[in-house]
Amino acid sequence: MTPGDQADPGPDDRSGARLRLEALLLSHFRSHRRVRLSFDGRPVALYGPNGAGKTNLIEAVSLLSPGRGMRRASAEDLSRRPEGLGWKIAAGTAGPDGTHEIETWAEPGQSRSVTLDGKAAPQVALGRVLRVLWLVPSMDRLWIEGAEGRRRFIDRAAMSFDPAHAEVALAYDKAMRERNRLLKDMVRDAAWYAALEGRMAQAGAALEAGRAAAIARLMAAQGAAETAFPAADLALEHPERLIEDEEALRAALAEGRPRDMAAGRALVGPHRSDLRAVWRAKGVAASDASTGEQKALLISLILANARALAQDLGAAPILLLDEVAAHLDAGRRAALYDEIAALGSQAFLTGTGAELFDTLGARAQYLEVTEAEGASVVEERPAP
Amino acid sequence: MSAEGDEAIQRLIALMARLPGLGPRSARRAVLQLVKKKGALLLPLAEAMREVAETARECVNCGNIATRDLCEICADPKRRTGQICVVEDVADLWAMERAQVFRGRYHVLGGTLSALDAVGPEELRIPRLVERVREEEASEIILALAATIDGQTTAHYIADQLPGTSVTSLAQGVPVGGELDYLDDGTITAALKARRAL
Ligand SMILES: Nc1ncnc2c1ncn2[C@@H]1O[C@H](COP(=O)(O)OP(=O)(O)OP(=O)(O)O)[C@@H](O)[C@H]1O
Ligand SMILES: [Mg+2]
Ligand SMILES: [Zn+2]
Repeated sequence: MTPGDQADPGPDDRSGARLRLEALLLSHFRSHRRVRLSFDGRPVALYGPNGAGKTNLIEAVSLLSPGRGMRRASAEDLSRRPEGLGWKIAAGTAGPDGTHEIETWAEPGQSRSVTLDGKAAPQVALGRVLRVLWLVPSMDRLWIEGAEGRRRFIDRAAMSFDPAHAEVALAYDKAMRERNRLLKDMVRDAAWYAALEGRMAQAGAALEAGRAAAIARLMAAQGAAETAFPAADLALEHPERLIEDEEALRAALAEGRPRDMAAGRALVGPHRSDLRAVWRAKGVAASDASTGEQKALLISLILANARALAQDLGAAPILLLDEVAAHLDAGRRAALYDEIAALGSQAFLTGTGAELFDTLGARAQYLEVTEAEGASVVEERPAP
Repeated sequence: MSAEGDEAIQRLIALMARLPGLGPRSARRAVLQLVKKKGALLLPLAEAMREVAETARECVNCGNIATRDLCEICADPKRRTGQICVVEDVADLWAMERAQVFRGRYHVLGGTLSALDAVGPEELRIPRLVERVREEEASEIILALAATIDGQTTAHYIADQLPGTSVTSLAQGVPVGGELDYLDDGTITAALKARRAL
């Protein structure tokens, strides 16, 4: 079967279950002055020249999930310059649990607000309506740069499976910052340390458990799938000692107080854990793989994450794949499109030219993004 | 003169607008009512405020708001039941009292432990609580603190300071970061009944 023959799930088939954006309105969001779009549930391919506003558009979609979005930008940076009047994103979504209206915005100098179905809602509520996964060019160096990015990667995966993972991470971080302050202030109240270490151990054990569960899900989903992308063996590691048990973590923190006081921070705990990936078929560490291979590994993990989520939710998550097509050879590119179509995910893909999407054909919607008079222009186009 | 009357009235509006739940608009309306009902509202209010201003203080025993050195609860021997309920704020104490389920005494911390906000055990009257447990021969300390990290750190810290005393905590139901004040009486009653050892 050639890719073009793939059943087009399109607007009617499966559309009841497909998790999707149906409408998107951007107002004063980065390069977009005012853009109103509607979607039919198929993947969305965005093409246009450098700097046109493609990444900005999918960044807006990433802000329909909790957090700071795929560029981790501040609310201030998202506001269209030079006006700086604040910004707003409004979206209509549909999925297995029905339709929702999301609005999120920030006034100048304020943090971002969210309403869900017309009612003020905390950001975490978004994670229960939409699941959004992304792959962005800055992640190309994920395997060779610092552990922080890899921790964020596995924590995002864990959050996608269990939105409560975000709350556990915040709780751990808060307790750790409290304890770090005690260390820096050279406070010697043992009971205060013990109380905080108890909180750190409780949240920390849950954090590592969430990561371990996510790793297990990703590995299982990679193993089960027929895919053109290489499977990776994942494991958590720690520069000192990986501690996954609450009591053991509590004891290690208590024991480590003098050393931590000298360092001014905690030396054990999940805030220093790292994610190691080994290319299963070749037995080489991800960091030693070629650039294109590293990218393929990441795609493999994102697709695995999406497949596992689809199993949980009865619908694939929304995927934001920024400039993914450009780095893949033609064979892998076609394979990626086939897998997205098989998943039934409303994937948003960007690339500079329409030709990058030729094998995607009628299975997607096309938007051309250009720039005119200092603002992005987005227009629907027929399949290339 | 501005649209809202002379300087004294303006000042009153500005002060009222700083009260929780009131904005400039509702403060203007409130002041207008007060002035219109001078005899029935404004004068008695001014009188009541003066009296509270002259007498209000913290109860030396528990930190509750009182008009004498000891609050009414601490002054009432019947409320020496051996149970002391530890709350973060006077608003929480009032919420507990409204629910009419707790017959013992209170200890108002006035906050929660937070190294980042420079709030330590001393600022929270925790040493005083330890003394009270001895003086009042308390048999149970009931912690009614928020389910936040700071609230729970404070709870465990207090438990650590009171070895040999039964320390319990209100059952889940105290909202995360939420004050007791936001709970209805029935929820408070249920949370108290289902309290657990820390
Ligand atoms: N807050 C803002 N206000 C106005 N313009 C902005 C703002 N933030 C970013 N931009 C501009 O938006 C433009 C488009 O950026 P975007 O990253 O979306 O481009 P792109 O289409 O993805 O290009 P590429 O193909 O190079 O990745 C850039 O020129 C950038 O300077
Ligand atoms: Mg881009
Ligand atoms: Zn008192």
